Amino acid sequence: MPAAVLAAVQQVPFTSPLLDWHALAPEVILTATLVVVLLVDLFTDEHSKWLASSLTGIGMLAAAVPLLTLAVDGSPRSMFDGAYVVDDFALVMKGVFLLAGYVTVLLSTNYIAEGDYWEGEYYVLLASSLLGMTVMASARDLITIFLALELLSIPAYLLAGWRKRELTGNEAGLKYYLMGVFASAVMLYGMSLIFGGTGSTVLAVIGDRLDGSFGESPVAALGIVFVLVGFGFKVSAVPFHNWAPDTYEGAPTPITAFLSVASKAAGFVALLELIFVAFYGRDDVYGPLMWVLAALTMTVGNLIALRQTNIVRLFAYSSVAQAGFILAPLALAGHGADVADDAIRAVVTYLVIYTAMNLGAFAVILAVSRKTRSGEISSWGGLFEYAPGLTVAMTIFLFALAGIPPLGGWFAKFGVFKAVLGAGGASASLLAVVVAVNSVIALYYYAGVARVMWFEPVPDEDRTPIRLPVAIGVALVITVAVTVVTGILPGTAGRFGDVATDLFAAVTTTTGR
Amino acid sequence: MILAATPISASWYLGLSALLFTVGAVGLLVRRNPLVMFMCVELMLNAVNLTFVTFARELDDVGGQVVVFFVLVVAAAEVVIGLGIIVGILRRRPGATADDLSLLKG
Repeated sequence: MPAAVLAAVQQVPFTSPLLDWHALAPEVILTATLVVVLLVDLFTDEHSKWLASSLTGIGMLAAAVPLLTLAVDGSPRSMFDGAYVVDDFALVMKGVFLLAGYVTVLLSTNYIAEGDYWEGEYYVLLASSLLGMTVMASARDLITIFLALELLSIPAYLLAGWRKRELTGNEAGLKYYLMGVFASAVMLYGMSLIFGGTGSTVLAVIGDRLDGSFGESPVAALGIVFVLVGFGFKVSAVPFHNWAPDTYEGAPTPITAFLSVASKAAGFVALLELIFVAFYGRDDVYGPLMWVLAALTMTVGNLIALRQTNIVRLFAYSSVAQAGFILAPLALAGHGADVADDAIRAVVTYLVIYTAMNLGAFAVILAVSRKTRSGEISSWGGLFEYAPGLTVAMTIFLFALAGIPPLGGWFAKFGVFKAVLGAGGASASLLAVVVAVNSVIALYYYAGVARVMWFEPVPDEDRTPIRLPVAIGVALVITVAVTVVTGILPGTAGRFGDVATDLFAAVTTTTGR
Repeated sequence: MILAATPISASWYLGLSALLFTVGAVGLLVRRNPLVMFMCVELMLNAVNLTFVTFARELDDVGGQVVVFFVLVVAAAEVVIGLGIIVGILRRRPGATADDLSLLKG
C-alpha cells in the first residue's frame, strides 16, 4: 500500500502554490507583531510591561500600510485556487478590523495596566484574534472561513473570561465558550453537507454547483441553514443571542467593545461571503431565514434594551438590535443584481459607521466608570456638570446609534432602508416598516441615557472632574471624527460601500449569473 | 450474519454521523455538567469528521479528509481553552453546574 501511494504521489509533480507576499503583508505584519510582543513580554520586568500595548498598537497601524498600497494598486489578487482573495471588499473590511483593533488597544492600555491583568498575554491574544478577522475578510473557501472563525474566536473566549478571579468573569468566559463551540459545530456540520453535495470547499465553485440538481435537494437547504445559523450565533442574532448580554457584562469592558464591534463585523463578513458568493442562487432558503432573524433580532433586542438599568447591558442589547438592522438587507439580497449590490453597500457602510460609534460609546463608558465605579445608568446623573466633554461625545454616539442626522448613523440606516425598499414587494415593505418602528423604539432608550447625563442631579454630589487618560482621549478623537465626518459627508463611508460591491461583481462576471 | 448480508453503503455512515450529531446537540442542551456539555461538543465535531470522511470517499476527493485534520487540530485547541475555563470555575466553586452560573442575567 505505501509503495502504491508513493508511486501515485510521484506521478503528480508538486507545484508550489503561488504566494503573493504583497497581498499577505497585513497578515504577516500582524503575525510578526504578536510574536514580538510575546518575546518582549518574556524578557521585560514589571516596570516595562507597557511596551506590550505600545508595540501591539504600532503593529496594527503598520499592518494598515500595505492595505493602502494594495488599494492604490487596485487589482484583485487571488491565491490557492480562489480560496484566498484580496479584493476591495477584503481591503475595506481589513481596514475596519484594524481600526477596531487599534481603538481596542487604546481602550485597554489603562484598564489592563491598572487592573494587573497579565498584559503581555492579553495583547498577544488580542492580536491573534485580529489576525483571524483579517483572514476572514479574504476567505473564499469553507476551510479558510472555518479556520479564520476559530482563530478569531478561541482567543476571544479567553479574553472574555480574562478577569479569572471574579465569578462574573468566569461565567462570561464559559457561556461564550460553550455557545461558540456549539455554533461552530453546527456550522461545520452544515459545511460537511454542502461539501458532500457539491464536492468542493471553494465558495465560487459551490455557487456554481448549487444551481444543479443538488441545489434543489432538502439536504442543500439544511446545509445552508446550518452554516448561516452558526454565524447567527457569532453576530448574536435572536434567538441565538443569549450569551451576548452576560458575556458583555462579565468580560473586561475593552473586550466587550471589541466583541460587540470587531467580532460581530467578522460574523457579518462571513455571512456576506457565504450568501453572495456561494449561496446566492438559493434565496428561497436564506431569504426567509434572514428575514425572520432580522425582524426578531431588531425587535427583541430593542424591547429588552428598554428595561435595562446597567449601561453595559443596555449596550449589549443595543448591539443585538443593531445586528438586526445590518441583517435586514441580506433578507432581500436575492431579488436581482442591483438589490444585491445595494445590500452589500448597505451592510459594509453600516459596519464602517457602527464600528466608530459603538467603540466611541464604550470609550466614554470606560472613562466614566473610572470615576463612578458602577455600571448603573443612574450613576451617570449630572455627568454634564463635571465632565462636559465626555457628555457631548456620548451624546454624539447615542444619537448616531439612534440614526439622527447629521451624525454617521443616519446614513447607515438610510442605506438599509434603500436596500430593503429597492427590492420591492410586500415582504420588503413589511421589513421596512419593522426597521422604521424599531428605529423609533431605539431612540427612546438612547435618549433616556442622554436625559440622565444632561438633566438628572449628580447622585452623590461628587463633582470632581474625570481625569481622562491620554489613550482613551485619542480613541475618542478618532471615533468622534469618524462618526461626524461620515454623517456630514456620507460620500466617505458610501465610497467604501461602493468599492466593496466587487465581492459580488467578481462572481457575476466569472459565472455569468 | 445479518451484518455480513447487508452491504454497508455510505448512507449508513451518514446516518450514524447524523445520529451522533443529534446525540451531541441534545446532550449539550439537556445536560448541566460543564464537562459533560463539553464532551457533547466533541461528539458533534466527531460526527462532522465522519461525514467529511464519508463524502471524501464517495466523491473520491481527498479534500474532505484534509478538512478532518483541520477540525482535529482546532478541536484540540478548543479543548485546551475549554478545560482552562472549566478548571478555573471548578477551583472556585467545586461541583458547579451550568445552572449555578447565574450571576449575570436580565
